[in-house]
Amino acid sequence: MKKELYSEVPVTRKTADEVGLNQEEYDQIVALLGRTPTYTELGMYGVLWSEHCSYKNSIKQIKTLPRSGGRLLVDAGEENAGLVDIGDGYAICFKIESHNHPSAIEPFQGAATGVGGILRDIFSMGARPIASLNSLRFGELDSERIKFLLRGVVSGISHYGNSYGVPTVAGEIYFDDCYYDNPLVNAMAVGIVKTDQTASASARGVGNPVMIVGSSTGRDGIHGASLLASREFDEKTDDMRPTVQVGDPFAEKLLTEVTLELIQSGCVVAVQDMGAAGISCSTSEMSAKTGVGMRIDLDKVPLREQSMSAYEILLSESQERMLFVIEKGKEDLAIDICKKWDVPMVQIGEVIAGGHLEMFRHGKQVVDLVADTLVLGGGAPQNDPPHKRPAYLDEVNAFDTTEMEKSKVKADDFWKILTAPTIASKRWIFRQYDSQVRTNTVQIKGDAGVLRIKEIPGKGLALTTDSNSRYCYLDPYMGGLAAVSEAARNVVCTGAEPVAITNCLNFGNPYDPEVYWTFREAVRGMGDACRKFNTPVTGGNVSFHNESRKFAIYPTPTIGMLGVIDDLNHAMSSDFKHEGDLIVLLGNNREEMGGSEFMKQTLGKIVGKAPIVDLDEEFNLEKATLEAIKAGAVCSAHDLAEGGLAIALAEKAIASEKFGCEVDLGENITAGKVFGESQSRILVSLCSNKLDELTAICGKYGVKMAKIGNVTAGKFAIKGLIETTVDELTKAYEGAIPEIMSKRIAE
Amino acid sequence: MKYSVVVFPGSNCDHDAYSAVTANLGCKAEYVWHKETSLPKDTDCVILPGGFAHGDYLRCGAIARFSPIMEDVIKFANKGGYVMGICNGFQVLTEARLLPGALLRNINVSFICEDIYLKTVNHKTAFTSEIPEEKTLRIPISHGEGNFFADADTIKEIEDNGQVLFRYCDKNGNVTPEANPNGSINNIAGIMNKQGNVLGMMPHPERYCDQLLGGDDGKFIFNSLINHLK
Repeated sequence: MKKELYSEVPVTRKTADEVGLNQEEYDQIVALLGRTPTYTELGMYGVLWSEHCSYKNSIKQIKTLPRSGGRLLVDAGEENAGLVDIGDGYAICFKIESHNHPSAIEPFQGAATGVGGILRDIFSMGARPIASLNSLRFGELDSERIKFLLRGVVSGISHYGNSYGVPTVAGEIYFDDCYYDNPLVNAMAVGIVKTDQTASASARGVGNPVMIVGSSTGRDGIHGASLLASREFDEKTDDMRPTVQVGDPFAEKLLTEVTLELIQSGCVVAVQDMGAAGISCSTSEMSAKTGVGMRIDLDKVPLREQSMSAYEILLSESQERMLFVIEKGKEDLAIDICKKWDVPMVQIGEVIAGGHLEMFRHGKQVVDLVADTLVLGGGAPQNDPPHKRPAYLDEVNAFDTTEMEKSKVKADDFWKILTAPTIASKRWIFRQYDSQVRTNTVQIKGDAGVLRIKEIPGKGLALTTDSNSRYCYLDPYMGGLAAVSEAARNVVCTGAEPVAITNCLNFGNPYDPEVYWTFREAVRGMGDACRKFNTPVTGGNVSFHNESRKFAIYPTPTIGMLGVIDDLNHAMSSDFKHEGDLIVLLGNNREEMGGSEFMKQTLGKIVGKAPIVDLDEEFNLEKATLEAIKAGAVCSAHDLAEGGLAIALAEKAIASEKFGCEVDLGENITAGKVFGESQSRILVSLCSNKLDELTAICGKYGVKMAKIGNVTAGKFAIKGLIETTVDELTKAYEGAIPEIMSKRIAE
Repeated sequence: MKYSVVVFPGSNCDHDAYSAVTANLGCKAEYVWHKETSLPKDTDCVILPGGFAHGDYLRCGAIARFSPIMEDVIKFANKGGYVMGICNGFQVLTEARLLPGALLRNINVSFICEDIYLKTVNHKTAFTSEIPEEKTLRIPISHGEGNFFADADTIKEIEDNGQVLFRYCDKNGNVTPEANPNGSINNIAGIMNKQGNVLGMMPHPERYCDQLLGGDDGKFIFNSLINHLK
């Protein structure tokens, strides 16, 4: 018997464009269905086959990354976020996601809902969120526009995370012109769960009720995933502000408590959060995982505006909502839990056999399709876009940096780099984030945030986000290696063993073969590094179309890394500890200048070759450092990054609040020596009686070491470059960003 | 010694207070849901914890004072029971009129989370007796609305009565305008009621009760009441 399906608007090939589908995709849908889709169905395909939801242009590359092994309990992509075993019956789940496009047009809400979205991914697994991190990219901090974006994004993150009650413990921020129109806002969340209390997102059990829990559904966020997130910036972008959702952290907090209590009560069969693509996404993904279907009465969905159509209800991205499949017979238990927290729970349908989604509005059937045809791994397209090595690479790589490496440097160069917004203190930003709520935060000023785990006394976690997109621009493969390596190095510097990563891949238009080539190369680099360090990928997010008419962003693969500290007595910080300690540089200084902050400051552009990452060398350096930390052979560790050796020394002094250093690098002080950004280097300080022990450890791993100076009581001197005090350093370093933010810049 | 920690739906430092008084100070504690109408009978001190009690989209604490449990908290306080409001809890206490004044937006209009230093103004109270004379406490603040305000008469009254317990100061104990993080009148960080049994403070002593987390100066405040009630 043929069913009568209602289409609120007649669908033609032209309609496809309105929902973000191309003609080829439209034809595919007609072939799949054997008929013309209804307008509502077309909307569902539009959003689920969007770049944002389907990963249609990235999934084939993503699958090349190591996604299992190590301490992983759930392979990436199977559930909402990967699970990492930390022993004693507990697991950590963590994930990073972009909210770039919304933040570009409405920075406060864009960033706030970015935090909210990633938190839901975590607690929908049954995990209690315990930390939040972020990675931000803006244009140069020299215009009122960028200051407006920075202010908005930071207060959005602060508003949501602080009110919700999750500590923001680490992050990174860079300023480069390529992000002028298209800032990057990547939010990461981390949660803890008992391994036997995790929740599933796979719907099961014909007849089980499907319940919507949380906020009511409004017209906000419609087309957020399909149109806003999946295209470039142009003159129409500003008109899309209504597609940005509005966040309510209080509602999210309640939703968290309800979700965790429901899961612990044993009445939950499956649960999925509603982020991009709202009810369309949760119903189809939960059904497709097990091959069941759902019959949904859209009239039952609590609405903010009664006149909403089926299309609008299904595509709404209203925040703070969850979809549950509850075990039949346990509805009352579930409703009682929701009542305690005053969170609405309404049955909107049930699980049915056969794999179909059947949806009704005002008594008319508007959707009848196989859930599997909508989703990634099912009917959603998986493309293999063409790729071509970008022409710009030859040009930028040909630049010879030898002269720059050998160039003489002055104290002025040092001050300029120290106070550059990318390098200078980010206190103006991070003091707006509650970094301590839940009282687990051990330190936030080291190379990675360190948390204790109350449930497992003595054990700790180290968390960081990293990526140097300038290196990726010069060599995306090397940049991919460097991003994972730096994250691992940062985690190691706190005394943790790197165990897993999540990633957020921010790139331009995937249909541009040159952009796609950089994407493939960066993923290849990340994969090689992850295999070397045995840090599989627990999941993540891809954000394409990060470009405007004027700017294409640098390829920016952001890495979020989790490390485990087995004994918090060995947690390490970066600051100098005692006057008279030796300062030792571990690793090779190749004096590379390509993509360095010094180059940006002196030349005003990013050219040359990206610094080399030799994975064996990096791996051995990390092994040696971790062993030295655990053995108590060193009392501080800090990785060398932007600004090179001179800046790393300054950061160690400033972090200590009182100790400086006296460093001698020989007679001929060149830019390469002090500001070069060669990778795989760590700066440690130690009591002189520990030198033999450190030498033995470095010898064992073949790590080069150089004694370069001593810790002082307050003087900061690098012979031939600078002589000042820690107080002066601190004043300049801390003052730079507040100074810019407090003065109006003439446009 | 038994603490009752009130849990409003948007409280988020309830676990922190609970864990500090139990794990770090060896006291008993119990959570009390805001919809309850009576406190546990053996309560020695009520803690109104930090957070955003009901989202606080309106004035902070303005809705929380109508939570059912507050009636009994007010009764308990009026009978001389000890009540401690930390951060959002302080805001709730002013809204409930158990403490004078109000907490306005920070003067720089931003949320601030960082360590500050506190000078104890009055050591002769149930909440401060264990704090050594001349000791500057290092304790974090974490709020967007901690700018203490009251009219001139009220300020004079609480100053004269010794109700001001803590002022923001620098590392060395000097009360200066630079050491004032949020614009509070007279650098006021914490006050008590006239009877001396209700404390409200913006800094979070429960966050610094364990050296592992960077400090344990918060213990001096909790220990004062613990010893007072011995």
